[in-house]
Amino acid sequence: MPTTVAQSLVSGILVGALYGLAAVGLSLVFGVTKILNVAHGELLMLGGYASFWLFTLLGVDPFGGIPLSMFALVLIGLIMYQLFFSRLIKLPTEDKIRNSLLIGFGLGLILQNIALRLWTADNRGITTAYAGATFTVLGVRLPYVRVASLVIAFVFLLALQLFLRRTYIGKAIRATAQDWEAATLMGINVHGIYRLSFVLGAALAGAAGTLVAVGYSVEPVMGMHWTLKSLIVLVMGGIGSIAGTLVGGLILGVTESAAAIWISNYRHVIGLAIFILVLLIRPQGLFGAKEG
Amino acid sequence: MLELEGVYAGYKDLRVLWGISLRVGEGELVALVGPNGAGKTTTLRIISGLLKPTAGSVRFYGCSLDREPPHRIVEMGISQVPEGGRIFTGMSVEENLELGAFTARARREKEQRMKWVYQLFPRLEERKNQRAGTLSGGERQMLAIGRALMAQPRLLLLDEPSFGLAPILVEQMFEMIQEINQQDVAVLLVEQNVRAALELAQRAYVIENGRIVGEGSGDALLSFESVRSAYLG
Repeated sequence: MPTTVAQSLVSGILVGALYGLAAVGLSLVFGVTKILNVAHGELLMLGGYASFWLFTLLGVDPFGGIPLSMFALVLIGLIMYQLFFSRLIKLPTEDKIRNSLLIGFGLGLILQNIALRLWTADNRGITTAYAGATFTVLGVRLPYVRVASLVIAFVFLLALQLFLRRTYIGKAIRATAQDWEAATLMGINVHGIYRLSFVLGAALAGAAGTLVAVGYSVEPVMGMHWTLKSLIVLVMGGIGSIAGTLVGGLILGVTESAAAIWISNYRHVIGLAIFILVLLIRPQGLFGAKEG
Repeated sequence: MLELEGVYAGYKDLRVLWGISLRVGEGELVALVGPNGAGKTTTLRIISGLLKPTAGSVRFYGCSLDREPPHRIVEMGISQVPEGGRIFTGMSVEENLELGAFTARARREKEQRMKWVYQLFPRLEERKNQRAGTLSGGERQMLAIGRALMAQPRLLLLDEPSFGLAPILVEQMFEMIQEINQQDVAVLLVEQNVRAALELAQRAYVIENGRIVGEGSGDALLSFESVRSAYLG
């Protein structure tokens, strides 16, 4: 029994890091542009398929191919932003959120159906030579690919944190998120910053999608699942806190895995229960900074 | 250097400015005074490009600003300190100043510029690593002005810099504005504190209901009967 518990805790941490990486893109986009892109999960799905096909057709190693699937998502994100979301950007915040929800749901459905047409409903995994390999620590089995994915997710989150804290553009992004009008008065082209943030969010979804495809699997309908997880993590972690997003992801992953031991049928309900609890008790998120 | 001619502007169905004309000369300190809701802030928003005029023109060194986006206008040399300062409270004092020097032109001379701002406001240097949200009201206003100066403006627009400050700080603030102006930065000052603004300014405009109703040297307006009765009591 203790090994079972340890095993599921570890599984929870491994998947939780991916929840964190999936959510951080959504959080970045929402924090800066106030666009709530509920098609974020579909972007992640496309990232997963990009690396699946790169591997299947061209033999590109999924880990080595992360930059490629990110690049693909940069292009897709750019098109999505220019065609649809950029039209909302001047609306007041509330209208922006409402309209972006509609657009996002619509786009999500469209992308899902395109994926179904092109690639069938089959559930697909990337079967590299090292796919099934595991190592054992204290009786807990650890798949290499998932551990590598965890490390990569950490690296991405750290890199994003450094980018936002240390670089001029990163600071401009944070400034725009806090007060776009004041940012404009600094000579910052806020529309450029919005576009950049959206594209960056899409690229992060691409990376997360690759890690999901390599450690788990991809299918056309996976998007909604990942959007939902991302939203739960976003609410838990608070907007604008990368560390909070990571911790939120880990908490969600671990709670779900723990719940799976005892009440396996309800594991996904647990996440939603946390979502509602956090909203009731601490609406700024567990780690969200207060204004001031 | 700055010329507004017959500017009309508003928000949706509400017209706020009804043909404003004013100008600010090189190195001048000009005040724009008037009651609440007269259109002072709107005038500054027009100059910064945050709002576009429905008619009339805005020119800076002869170039029309009508089609320029706000960030380009900063690059051209007009910086605004908006009402309340609007500093980035979640960032450090120094990060706020760095952001002030965001334009390519200003970034090149960021270091020297920051030294100068710290000289003007030594309090900011003492607190440079502190989160801006922890500053007092007076310090926030200093930071907002310092941040605007980082962009190396030729023209500084100040919206109610004395608002919410203790009387002793107000006096310091006006001295500071004068000092900045003496460094060859033209200033357009919007103020509720009419007497102090008119005493400080070389020239001033009185705005009411979106129209300029008086213009002259600060001293002249101070003795102007309607201004006296309306604002100075």
